[in-house]
Amino acid sequence: MMRLPAFAYHAPNSAREVVEILAGEGPSASIVAGGTDLFPNMKRRHQTPKTLVSLQDVDELRGVSWQSDGSLRIGPGEILRALERDADIGNRLPALVAAVRSISTPVLRNMGTIGGNLCLDTRCNYYNQNYEWRRAINFCLKCDGDTCWVAPGSKVCWAVNSSDTAPVMMALGAKLRLISPRGTREVDAQDFFQNDGIDYLAKKPDELLTDIEIPDQGKSRSVYLKLRRRDAFDFPVLGVAARIELDGEVVKNADIVINAVSPAPTRANASEKALIGKKMSDDVLAEAALLAYKPSKPLDNTDFEYAWRKKMVKVYVRRALEHIRSSFLI
Amino acid sequence: MSQKKPNYNLIGKSPRKVDGLSKCTGVTKFADDLELPRMLFCKIHRSHVAHARIVSIDTSAAEKIPGVKAVLTGKSLPISFGILPVSQDEHALCLDKVRFVGDPVAAVAAIDEDIAFDAINAIKVEYEPLDPVFEPEEALKNEVPPIHDYGDDGNVHKRVSMEFGDVEKSLADSDEVFEDIFFYEGNTHLAMEQHSSLAWMDPDSRITIWSSTQTPHYLHRAAAKVLEMPPSRVRIVACPNGGGFGGKSDPFNHEIVVAKLAKMTNRPVKVTLTREEVFYCHRGRHPVLMRSKMGVKKDGTIQGLHFETLLDGGSYGSYGVASTYYTGALQTVTYKVPTYRFDGVRAFTNKAPCGPKRGHGTPQPRFGMEVQLDKVAAKYGLNPATLRLSMMQPKDSITANWLRIGSMGLSRCIEKVVEGSDFNNRHGKLPRGSGVGIACSSYICGAGLPIYWNNLPHSGVQLKCDRGGGVAVFCGETDIGQGSDTVLATCVAEVLGVDLYDIRIVAGDTDLTPVDLGSYSSRVTLMMGNAAIQAAERARELLAKAVGEKLEVPGSRLGFAENRIFDVENTETGVTFAEGVVLAESKFGTIGTVGSYTPPPSPGRFRGHGVGPSPAYSYSAAVVEVSVDEETGMITVDKVWIGHDIGQSINETLVIGQVEGSVYMGLGEALMEEMTYRGNRFGVHKIPSLLDYKSPTTKEMPEVVTYLIEEPDENGPFGAKEVGQGPLLPIMPAVANAVYDALGVRVDEVPITPAKVLKALSNKDLRHGPTRFPDLKITEQDRMRVKTQEEGGDGRSDKPFDRKKKKEAVKP
Amino acid sequence: MTTPQATVRRKVQRTFTVNGDVEEVSFLPHKTLLEVLREDMHLTGTKHGCELGECGTCTVLMNGEPVLSCLVLGLACEGADIETVEGMAGPDGPHPLQKTFASIGAAQCGYCTPGFLLTAKALVEWNSNPDRETLKEELSGVLCRCTGYLQIFQAVEEACVEIRGEGETK
Repeated sequence: MMRLPAFAYHAPNSAREVVEILAGEGPSASIVAGGTDLFPNMKRRHQTPKTLVSLQDVDELRGVSWQSDGSLRIGPGEILRALERDADIGNRLPALVAAVRSISTPVLRNMGTIGGNLCLDTRCNYYNQNYEWRRAINFCLKCDGDTCWVAPGSKVCWAVNSSDTAPVMMALGAKLRLISPRGTREVDAQDFFQNDGIDYLAKKPDELLTDIEIPDQGKSRSVYLKLRRRDAFDFPVLGVAARIELDGEVVKNADIVINAVSPAPTRANASEKALIGKKMSDDVLAEAALLAYKPSKPLDNTDFEYAWRKKMVKVYVRRALEHIRSSFLI
Repeated sequence: MSQKKPNYNLIGKSPRKVDGLSKCTGVTKFADDLELPRMLFCKIHRSHVAHARIVSIDTSAAEKIPGVKAVLTGKSLPISFGILPVSQDEHALCLDKVRFVGDPVAAVAAIDEDIAFDAINAIKVEYEPLDPVFEPEEALKNEVPPIHDYGDDGNVHKRVSMEFGDVEKSLADSDEVFEDIFFYEGNTHLAMEQHSSLAWMDPDSRITIWSSTQTPHYLHRAAAKVLEMPPSRVRIVACPNGGGFGGKSDPFNHEIVVAKLAKMTNRPVKVTLTREEVFYCHRGRHPVLMRSKMGVKKDGTIQGLHFETLLDGGSYGSYGVASTYYTGALQTVTYKVPTYRFDGVRAFTNKAPCGPKRGHGTPQPRFGMEVQLDKVAAKYGLNPATLRLSMMQPKDSITANWLRIGSMGLSRCIEKVVEGSDFNNRHGKLPRGSGVGIACSSYICGAGLPIYWNNLPHSGVQLKCDRGGGVAVFCGETDIGQGSDTVLATCVAEVLGVDLYDIRIVAGDTDLTPVDLGSYSSRVTLMMGNAAIQAAERARELLAKAVGEKLEVPGSRLGFAENRIFDVENTETGVTFAEGVVLAESKFGTIGTVGSYTPPPSPGRFRGHGVGPSPAYSYSAAVVEVSVDEETGMITVDKVWIGHDIGQSINETLVIGQVEGSVYMGLGEALMEEMTYRGNRFGVHKIPSLLDYKSPTTKEMPEVVTYLIEEPDENGPFGAKEVGQGPLLPIMPAVANAVYDALGVRVDEVPITPAKVLKALSNKDLRHGPTRFPDLKITEQDRMRVKTQEEGGDGRSDKPFDRKKKKEAVKP
Repeated sequence: MTTPQATVRRKVQRTFTVNGDVEEVSFLPHKTLLEVLREDMHLTGTKHGCELGECGTCTVLMNGEPVLSCLVLGLACEGADIETVEGMAGPDGPHPLQKTFASIGAAQCGYCTPGFLLTAKALVEWNSNPDRETLKEELSGVLCRCTGYLQIFQAVEEACVEIRGEGETK
């Protein structure tokens, strides 16, 4: 049986108390929400926090509410299953629900939270292994070792961001609110993720994510496409989130975010630029897809061959845009 | 044509499994569910290097941890063991060398698993590294120190060459010789239950090992040998297995380790492996590189076949010698192959040991053969189903390699799936991206020869009738989910005419039950079933005598049904079964009978003839329909039609479950499952977890239409043949052939991944697969020639068969 | 600031309902619900295949919803209502799902069966007439290596007939 290391446990009732405990305990404390990411990591001894601060009794971190300006506030403690069953969200933010629905399995989504998915530890098949296995490779840069086995010689860790909802939040322009003893700050989803497999979040260890705010999407359309081996359990080996706003037949705004090929979800800037001011013709979409494909750099640390995954960036970006184009026709 | 079947009470129907409700209410106790007072927990320290000499093991820090009760290293268990007498090459804990990442080196017993975990991590092992070898082609070169000091040479564990008839001449006389190279990647069983064993030494110095094993009998042999105890003092209890598929059919190091720890501590000791450790137990599908030279006439029929295989055996022998032969043995039993040559080599590599997985050694060559036949059909514009039908190996015949075929229902299997899938109107005619493919196969119903060559029965059954009307049946078989307890109960209940749930099964206990060799090689239904029928008929005879006397009716006129024994000509006249037992017991004393089964001898008399013969062969044909995304290479299996020649279902629901489960496992192998290692990163297993080793989910499982062909085989119990393994075999080639039908590309490799499909599409020859086959270095001395029956042969080879000449086991 | 509720290697006591009975259970505070059920309450009907949330074998119901017991802390169960396979049968006998799973081949080796049964129970309580696609989705979190899932789907569908009150299962 894979077992947890020992820890001290707190289950406070308020966000304020959570922050206080975190401040008191320092970086050896860890927040746990659904536990579906942290507990496997603890069992594999990736993390051995001395103290766990559970969010399960913090009601204020849950809930979904539409604001008068058309934006949506989601409490990060909201269970994924609740979000996917929310018909309003399904109608108004289909890309978000598509991403949520694609996470792991129904039973896991019944435990995992949206905040947990956004803060998901980066993944790598040199890292997501038991302690004994990792000893056989003398550990790795991300945990207990000093070599990145994906790219030996690399000074940075290439573990990939495997969150399904992260690229969608970026594409939809979500804002995240964090509290800490230093106060409250708001971060664009865009700036929440960092392209470093070890230091992958802008969130500091003593900060708590309290709100996710998704602005009114106006007349834009969005989509999330996920590539993986099996239609359940599997993390993405490629995730594409896209949002398009049209002005007549011409693209006014474009957001294309690629995930699961690098340590952070990455905006396909060149593709976005290539779309703006143009009609969504086949040629334009193909060009945008090519521009997303060129800089993407999947490495050999997830399922599937990485060369194939790179090819799929082109296919999936084009398909995402085609999907949006046809959704405008409805 | 087939004669009318008897009117059975139970056979062929679908009553609830005898252990069904226990398994659905949490009552069934698997090995890890067992708990004894004062039980200790064992964990095993494993090698983190692939190939090295052990310089020293320092366990002092582990011993000092409070709660640690014993620390064990290999020097306390110096005797080697293994499943085959010729490959006794394992130690419960490595003695002087480690051979793969995961090899067991030391073990700890502690009061809980947390402490045991800390203790194994406190053990320090100093290694002197040896060059590892990860690829069989490299191993063949013999440039690195041999992994073992036995085998045919260097890292060649086994080299086999056998020829039946003049293959060179057949190929020369053919209109065309198709030469293809295929690769089949290794994969593993992945039973949901992780291996678990509990051992306890009772005060009278008898040791009991409860274990998730498919082969209690062979564990009994190995444990007694390594523990240096008389077998009479060792008891193995096989717990219901939470899935086996061949993965629990070797005696395992951890089973012996807990027994030793139990002896050392005088306390019960349990070990339950982590999922990662289960990957290290492995014994799964061998990766096999194959070359097939098939000579055919213009009508596509086979004139001669030369099949070569190179098996990646991993680090230990396991069943590997048998696996090697099996990559050649069954190529002849489906279609007429007039002359046949087979060369095979198994190489040792520094990876987890390969062994028998569902289909044992035969899915790989079957994949090659069935894809190659599809190529033959495509080239000559033949319908691949019709081609196969045109060259069926006849029933009641002897194959080129001296296998005796009895019943043979493959034609009917093909006809059924062709009709059901509308194959003839759809093959070659579906829109691009959609395709249908067909493939066939056959499998043994138990090996004709036992692992230890002797004249003992392969299966024994004891039966005891109770005065209350219950019947207790004792047999060494092990239910691994296939339903063997139900088969056993059904055979007895049918003969004695009692309610299925009045039968009590006592199984898989070397103290209480007569030997059944184990749940492997699809042998249990046929062998145990025949033994059970014999035991039941002997009891029935006693009951008939006693009841006949009482009713003044000849015993032959008595019927046994619905818990009654009655005059078939006057059904009102009769007694209850319980009354019958009382009458018989009054007359004869305690009513206990026995039955046993030994397979008929095989006609072959050459070295290696032990692999392939079987009392009967099952047959399967499958049509698979796929959609392939041309841009991504992703394959969706839309539907599967499968026909299986079962001879006679004992329990139809369970038979269909085996067929569907085989289709499922076959699809996993065809599309996604692979045991892969990082040879350039210390030889670690790449993906030893349930998340990363891809087992298909509910979402990937297509609709399956099953056709059961029931032509009873005279050697089968009630005519029954196997179903546990055979239906897996046609799936992988049928998928490959369907992908060809969809896109015109050949992926001559398993698994057929999206990247490989795209590579095939972009290659000039529209093929992806291996292009080289190494020289197996078969010398004239290795070669053995046997005349076929058609050539007037007698089953003997040109080389005298002397079993003793070959060096036997390894050093102790 | 709260004080730590538990420290290393000292058992804690929690009260929760298991299969309808309110129980006070002592366990080491770092144990998961899976370990508490199997080791401290001897309810070994709940199985495990990876302990990492990768197979669904250990699924139980917590307040009526399926959860992976290998990833739930025992500490988090205070006051919760837990149902395991041992609690599915009632005084009138096995649950319809247990009957159909047993009778139509949905339990081969039986190891993943408890996980499937409880997942299916939660499903049929909100949808007693699921179509195949719904079944495939809702049951996709449990792996089975024996059956190929088809007899499991059939068993759920057949149990639904009784659950909807349209007939009794075998």
